[in-house]
Amino acid sequence: MTCDLLTVEAVTYGYAGSDWRLGPCSFSVQKGEILGIIGPNGSGKTTLLKLTAGVLTPQAGVVHLKGRPTAEMTRKEMARQVAYLPQHVQTFFDYGVEDVVAMGRFPHAKGFGFLTAQDMEAVDRALVQTRTEAFRNRPLSHLSGGEMQRVLLASVIAQAPKVLLLDEPTGALDIHHQVRFFNLLSDLVASGMGVVVVTHELNLAGLFSHRLLLVSGGAITHQGPPGNLLTPDILYEVYGEEIVVSTHPSANRPVVLPATGKKKEGETAP
Amino acid sequence: MTSVMTHRRLATALTAYGLLALAVLAVAPLVGTEHVSVSRILAGLFSSAPNVDFDIFFYHRIPRVMLAFAVGGTLAVAGGALQVALRNPLAEPFILGVSGGGAVGAVLAISVPGLFFRFGPLSTVQVFSLAGCLAAILVIYRVASRREGVSMATILLAGVTVNILCGAAILLIRYLASPHLLVAMDRWIMGGLDVVGYGELLTLAPLLIPGLGLLLFQAHALNLLAFGGDMAAGHGVQVAAVQRKVIIGMGLITAATVSLSGPIGFVGLIIPHGVRRLSGADHRLVLPACFCLGGAFLALCDLVARTVIAPTEMPVGIITAIVGGPVFIRILLRQKG
Repeated sequence: MTCDLLTVEAVTYGYAGSDWRLGPCSFSVQKGEILGIIGPNGSGKTTLLKLTAGVLTPQAGVVHLKGRPTAEMTRKEMARQVAYLPQHVQTFFDYGVEDVVAMGRFPHAKGFGFLTAQDMEAVDRALVQTRTEAFRNRPLSHLSGGEMQRVLLASVIAQAPKVLLLDEPTGALDIHHQVRFFNLLSDLVASGMGVVVVTHELNLAGLFSHRLLLVSGGAITHQGPPGNLLTPDILYEVYGEEIVVSTHPSANRPVVLPATGKKKEGETAP
Repeated sequence: MTSVMTHRRLATALTAYGLLALAVLAVAPLVGTEHVSVSRILAGLFSSAPNVDFDIFFYHRIPRVMLAFAVGGTLAVAGGALQVALRNPLAEPFILGVSGGGAVGAVLAISVPGLFFRFGPLSTVQVFSLAGCLAAILVIYRVASRREGVSMATILLAGVTVNILCGAAILLIRYLASPHLLVAMDRWIMGGLDVVGYGELLTLAPLLIPGLGLLLFQAHALNLLAFGGDMAAGHGVQVAAVQRKVIIGMGLITAATVSLSGPIGFVGLIIPHGVRRLSGADHRLVLPACFCLGGAFLALCDLVARTVIAPTEMPVGIITAIVGGPVFIRILLRQKG
């Protein structure tokens, strides 16, 4: 309990003009852990992450950051400790890589936000950690999708948060970059950060997460270690029977594979 | 070129833009249909003898160049900030219906013969157009206000709708008005910078200066807002507050310029794009640079407008469109490639 960085207590949310509702959802993020959030499309993963980040305000329930309700904090105060990277980030304007990473220092900045030596250090460190320093002087428009995602990650790392909230950060990455990406997350939590990552990559989530949350139909249906969650019973219930659960050949972790042949007409995700 | 923004880089770049602006401000008043001699102007400074050169220079040329500069600079800043807040590179200050409201006010004032009163140095037409602009911005702001901020999608639609309604109102007024008034209405809608003395600009400074200040202070947050509201909020930007300030600041300064000079197109659209191409997209530089480059651009366009078909003048809005249109198409073609 003493290690809880962020606790989310019975938050609910509904979008105007829609019957869909999320929650009440409760979970906590501990120091030094990667918490994976999995679940089918439209289940509410992104909404839950936005509520956690304070980008959306829960209609009921509270989020505590180290025991303090985040609703009492200013946005900048919150962003100094909790960084959030949305799923879709794009811009019409041509910023440079370094500009984008430096934007991570926004919550630490005063006035017009010119970088101090300390800021510059954080930016350099983030560029090195994400292996993006080679193209630090390039414009964003010259990057591939995967490079762009690493630069955006560098931006939230430069924010020097205690908790990192990532929404499908590996969507545009090749498999080796995905593994590197999650290795980087492991390094970050080893230094005391807490990371929450929403992902569709069940296998990566299973291999690298300390705990998983399974969100389905606007509620957290299961939470626990990957071994307890990535079981045929639970996954069939949520994803349908078009999958097979096996064991990773070198790690003692479950892996999820597509099923062969069977074309079942039936319910998939709610 | 894309190195990160520092005091030094900002200062260097702004000095360059500032020098360009000063050069235009220094040269433009000396050029015109009437030849003025610098020595006669200087002589006028130290004697009270009647001096035509001095009067032309100080009561016509300088006020006009200053007005052109202020209007051009202001529209460019408003456009630059609005393009980010609406996340739409084609946004310009008139897209939100401000100019439409202003035009209805101006056309209404012109349509009532004998409606002449002055509000300080402002004419009836200017007072009415200012009221129209402010009414338009108030309407769209109210329509798009939500509990959690101002809806940027709604405000764009509301603005376009207000412009269409205003277009209909203008047609109605024109239909009912006496035909000899139509020329005056057309001239207003084309935009112009006729001015004598400094009174009008000074009267509207209380709108222009706070409005510009409000926008400039959002510059740092606008960089993040350019990546979307979620990204900005996650980095600590109070998104709703920034959007609100941009709309209010943009509304005030656009209203002031429209009432001073009518709707002068293109400056607010192309100058911000030009600046971003020249010196990058960091809005801490873009916004002040827009003021310098937009001001210089409109002052030069006005110089052309008042000399090219001397002794008469061309509406400056035609020049900005002729110069700005092809430049903008070039920008679009390059973005495609």
